[in-house]
Amino acid sequence: MLVTEQERLRDDIASWAQDIGSDRSALIPILQEIQGKYGHISDFAMQIVADKLGIHPVEVYSVVSFYSFLEFKPAGRFVIRLCRTIACDMLGKDKVATQLENDLGIEFGETTPDGKFTLEWANCMGMCDQGPALLVNDRVFTRVTPDKVTQILEACRKAFGIYALGSIGEGHL
Amino acid sequence: MISSHTEPLTFSTIAPDAGLKTALSMKRADLIAEITNSQLKGRGGAGFPTGVKWNLAAAAQADRKFVVCNADEGEPGTFKDRVILTEHADLVFEGMTIGGYAIGAKEGIVYLRAEYTYLRKHLEQALADRRAKGLLGKNVCGHDGFDFDIHIHMGAGAYICGEETALIESLEGHRGEPRNRPPFPVDTGFLGRPTIVNNVETFAWVTAILVKGSQWFKSHGTARSTGFKIFSVSGDCDKPGIYEFPMGITVSTLLEAVGGLGAKAVQIGGASGHCVPAAEFERTIAYEDVATGGSIMVFGPDRDMLRVAHNFLEFFVEESCGQCTPCRDGNPKILECIEMLDHGVCSSKYLQEICELGETMQVSSKCGLGQSSPNAFLSIVKHFRNELMGRGL
Repeated sequence: MLVTEQERLRDDIASWAQDIGSDRSALIPILQEIQGKYGHISDFAMQIVADKLGIHPVEVYSVVSFYSFLEFKPAGRFVIRLCRTIACDMLGKDKVATQLENDLGIEFGETTPDGKFTLEWANCMGMCDQGPALLVNDRVFTRVTPDKVTQILEACRKAFGIYALGSIGEGHL
Repeated sequence: MISSHTEPLTFSTIAPDAGLKTALSMKRADLIAEITNSQLKGRGGAGFPTGVKWNLAAAAQADRKFVVCNADEGEPGTFKDRVILTEHADLVFEGMTIGGYAIGAKEGIVYLRAEYTYLRKHLEQALADRRAKGLLGKNVCGHDGFDFDIHIHMGAGAYICGEETALIESLEGHRGEPRNRPPFPVDTGFLGRPTIVNNVETFAWVTAILVKGSQWFKSHGTARSTGFKIFSVSGDCDKPGIYEFPMGITVSTLLEAVGGLGAKAVQIGGASGHCVPAAEFERTIAYEDVATGGSIMVFGPDRDMLRVAHNFLEFFVEESCGQCTPCRDGNPKILECIEMLDHGVCSSKYLQEICELGETMQVSSKCGLGQSSPNAFLSIVKHFRNELMGRGL
């Protein structure tokens, strides 16, 4: 990590601690901010947070390792989480999973080499009446079929390049 | 905003702010007595009487108290809280404010699961509107000396945080590992202060009860399970979605309404609930018979019940917090047994041993997760034994 990047991270954490607080109950909200901006929570970030909150870095590590939305490894720009629980399973999540793996060329738990997509499983996300369901970052897609997978990925890819919108807009789907 | 098929709900007939104004015109003791009289029980599934909980928190002496709304809806097959928060968020916030007045709290927290991040903007807007109308903030509704505000705290992806003490641990910035009880949260909750933790739906019903009266609520349902319940229906039926029925409805009546007749089994209460076979469809859905937090999953005649059990146990192996041994080590043993059954290499004796292990987990696990995770497996083994055993490779 470059020194300038370290400085940027340090400044960000300081400003989040300013806004959110620096007591223990601010820990998870601060970690969520780091996750949101940097795509993962590095060892360095955990050390800075620990210093800020006056706790041991192991405490921070124990929290990051517990929650499935906090990651040690850099995640892709788009984190796709496919629901694998029974209702979505009965509605055909296996086919959607296979298509996602085929189109992205990675398996679940992996990130594409270009750093654009991460594929993860999720447990029940409360869309049981309209599965199979998946989340792309914060956005939910329901009644996903294998051919809809292609459309969703295309919409994500449009967020890159000269026509980049920064995020997947409603207009794309 | 993602909408679900929704039958007309009582919630859409409740006039805004009426419940809060009624509550603020009452003495605190009378308000809690009204809730107690309705015999409203926790709608998250555990079924603890709301009035009793509030009374204990109101009696506790402390410099700060908290009202927590449990919006960590993670039970497989449950999505009613998502719909309530989408369509009736004000009723929930109103119920929280009533709770704050009842127990003497100034601070409310909504613990919203990470998977529902897309609801946050909508909820923040609803809170901002309430502040602008004087329904939150200093002197709520012009009631001198009653200050109350609500903020949203995002979860980070852990099913166990729906358990109230784990939720509090998470709010405090720790791993979501359930605490020993007692002390209970009404006495020693968030930051060691008295805290009431109620489900999204419970708060909405509180508001409805204040508007329509506890007698109205009590006149529906059964003697031990009063009032109405919102159900999330999914699986093999014609009309999956959200339904409201009085407590005590039979499984068969519910199946008829959702177009699920002909099912071979219904999972009631989610992965931690019970699997009810067709022969028992005359049983009632109520705290005294088959209890549920609202999850109803219908399994059609062609469903492989072993696959269902496999899916549930994979879920629990992943979501166990790992703190106590029966749950941490028991769930993988049950999953292994299911895989043995699937490969046709499980003896009757071994299956029996695993069922006994499940019963041990029910009595020895620390929290509700481990105590209830064997339920689905045990009830599937009990009712579908012949379907599970003697499989070939």
